[in-house]
Amino acid sequence: MGGEEERRPKLIQGNEACAEGAIAAGCRFYAGYPITPSSEIAEVLSYRLPAVGGTFIQMEDEIASLGAVIGASLAGVKAMTATSGPGFSLMQEHIGFACMAEVPCVIVNVMRGGPSTGLPTSPSQGDVQQARWGTHGDHPIIALTPWSVRECFELTVRAFNLSEKYRTPVILLMDEVVGHMRENVVLPDPSSLEIFDRVKPSVPPEWYIPYEDTSFGVPPMAPFGEGYRYHVTGLTHDVRGFPTLREDEIEPFMARLFRKIWSHLDDIQTWDTFQMEDADICIVAYGSVARAAKRAVLEAREKGKKVGLVRLITIWPFCRRAIEEALKGCKVFLVPEMNMGQISREVKRVVRGRGEVLTVSKALGRLLTPNEILEPILEESR
Amino acid sequence: MNEERRLIYHYLRHDKKFPHVWCPGCGNGIVLGSLIRTVHALGLSKDEVVLVSGIGCAGRLPVYVDFNTLHTTHGRALTFATGIKLAKPHLKVIVIMGDGDATAIGGNHLIHAARRNVDLTAIIVNNNIYGMTGGQSSPTTPHGLRASTSPYGHAEHAFDIARLVEAAGASLVARGTIYHVNLLDKLFQRAMEKVGFAVVEVISHCPTHFGKLNFLGDAVESMRWMAEHAVAVERAKKMRPEELQGKFRIGVLVDRDMPDYQSEYEKVRKRAMEGVPYRIDPQEISKMLESHQIY
Ligand SMILES: Cc1ncc(C[n+]2csc(CCOP(=O)(O)OP(=O)(O)O)c2C)c(N)n1
Ligand code: SF4
Repeated sequence: MGGEEERRPKLIQGNEACAEGAIAAGCRFYAGYPITPSSEIAEVLSYRLPAVGGTFIQMEDEIASLGAVIGASLAGVKAMTATSGPGFSLMQEHIGFACMAEVPCVIVNVMRGGPSTGLPTSPSQGDVQQARWGTHGDHPIIALTPWSVRECFELTVRAFNLSEKYRTPVILLMDEVVGHMRENVVLPDPSSLEIFDRVKPSVPPEWYIPYEDTSFGVPPMAPFGEGYRYHVTGLTHDVRGFPTLREDEIEPFMARLFRKIWSHLDDIQTWDTFQMEDADICIVAYGSVARAAKRAVLEAREKGKKVGLVRLITIWPFCRRAIEEALKGCKVFLVPEMNMGQISREVKRVVRGRGEVLTVSKALGRLLTPNEILEPILEESR
Repeated sequence: MNEERRLIYHYLRHDKKFPHVWCPGCGNGIVLGSLIRTVHALGLSKDEVVLVSGIGCAGRLPVYVDFNTLHTTHGRALTFATGIKLAKPHLKVIVIMGDGDATAIGGNHLIHAARRNVDLTAIIVNNNIYGMTGGQSSPTTPHGLRASTSPYGHAEHAFDIARLVEAAGASLVARGTIYHVNLLDKLFQRAMEKVGFAVVEVISHCPTHFGKLNFLGDAVESMRWMAEHAVAVERAKKMRPEELQGKFRIGVLVDRDMPDYQSEYEKVRKRAMEGVPYRIDPQEISKMLESHQIY
């Protein structure tokens, strides 16, 4: 990329934009296993990565894919994988490993209908709670949900930045519509992007304590092979990385794992609002459904209804403040989703009786229409 | 301290609180000693060695040594190792696994790492059982013997690890035992020097579970059994099949030169960087198909 030629609008897919975003973010390693509707990401990267000196490898399954990604990241190379529902299920154990050992990596899940093989070529948002709680044990997680082709690029870059900054796996939750949709976009000039690279230790190896607490909560990370020899394990460990069963070591470790994310919500959480200034009804949507929701807002406004949209960009940790702010003007919330009601649970948790939460929960393997979203609003004010 | 102990001491992590987790008489310590002597003999620096393991008693080995060490998930060590090696090819990546780790839950990764011929050294400590979880049967538990989940005798048949990885495409396949320690040092050295996927199966034991369940006596007795039943490959060549009955071969079983994954992928990178579409001459295609001697 780069140069005048490249800045012209291009008709590309969300999956292609994601792959280009990865290259722009500095990703130089991809390991994956083919699965619809994410395979184009692998195909583009098998072509693009070797050309920039990187590595693409198709592994024997998704467990192996995320294992290889974590290995590459430990060796100091930004790495990612992409998959869909069945593969995402297989990756759960290694998502936990990356949380535990604090290894930066990006996992793209282009959501399709489930459970099981489900609806392989159809969109869904059925993996939202799995992204949060899929791996065993308590852990925080960051997940982002793009709604457009350009945002697939931007949020892939952001996913890498957040994973490097907080030493954590970051999940990019796309859906089949966003992944396969083509839009005419001008991708950002890579040189204009802000790229964050993991902080390396500034102390000599003798002083390096790999899992030491810092005021920021994220210890500097040394790549394998550069003189900082240390131990990495999925067992609960002390500050040196060695397995521990001691309560006085387990407690501060778990606390830091959470604190490093929870004390930086300002930096991690983003959402967008549309016509919320005077709204008394708030639609909360994300991913491709937010496109239909925006249309629904416009149509409702034509009918004289004061409806606005909160579009979640960071889906995990859940943007509580977005809802709190909307609560200042809105008493009715509507959460349309291509699942049986996964994010509406979160909205209800925040609203807690201070307003009404309506849902449009459909897992039918198709995009929701503006009319379907409008229906409960029109009924509500009847 | 004698020289040997001083050498081992130099490679151990002193900030890791010993004692280690292994039972008295376990073979894992012998494997660790051999590994350290080999790294030393090859003149590898501690910084360039990455020791990767899965989960199990054998998987606990890396934490004690002062290399870059990575204790992964059960069965998946080879996948992490593949990522490390491809990302930083100058690193010497050694993988240590138990028999259950490598051939049950990790069996798929084992055959694919062998097929790809990734430049890794894979050490499989075969004690015929799941040690860490209390003596359940593994894919190498012999037919008819007992395990904590085969109380009436094991109904399944065991893998021959060496033949499995040979068929899958490993460049070097060797078998040693924890009794024949000098040979084990040599096999580790051959494996680490080999470019490509090199496997050393180490016949070990688990006196705590396998030994006890099958009345095999203590560690010394089971090592005596190894001494009596192992036959060096060189000697085995001169023996008749009847003489080899009930014995197992030790030494380098397979050593073949094949392009490893990195050198093949380097060609891919070169083509990609040149930016010319990859076209194959139709005659080349038939030659490629013919040289694909699988059937
Ligand atoms: C996914 C998963 N399943 C099961 C276990 C439990 N587990 C830990 S070690 C082990 C078997 C170890 O046996 P082996 O690999 O032969 O190594 P050994 O302990 O004998 O050295 C099992 C089943 C686990 N840690 N992870
Ligand atoms: S249980 Fe068996 S394999 Fe594990 S440490 Fe004890 S003797 Fe060794």
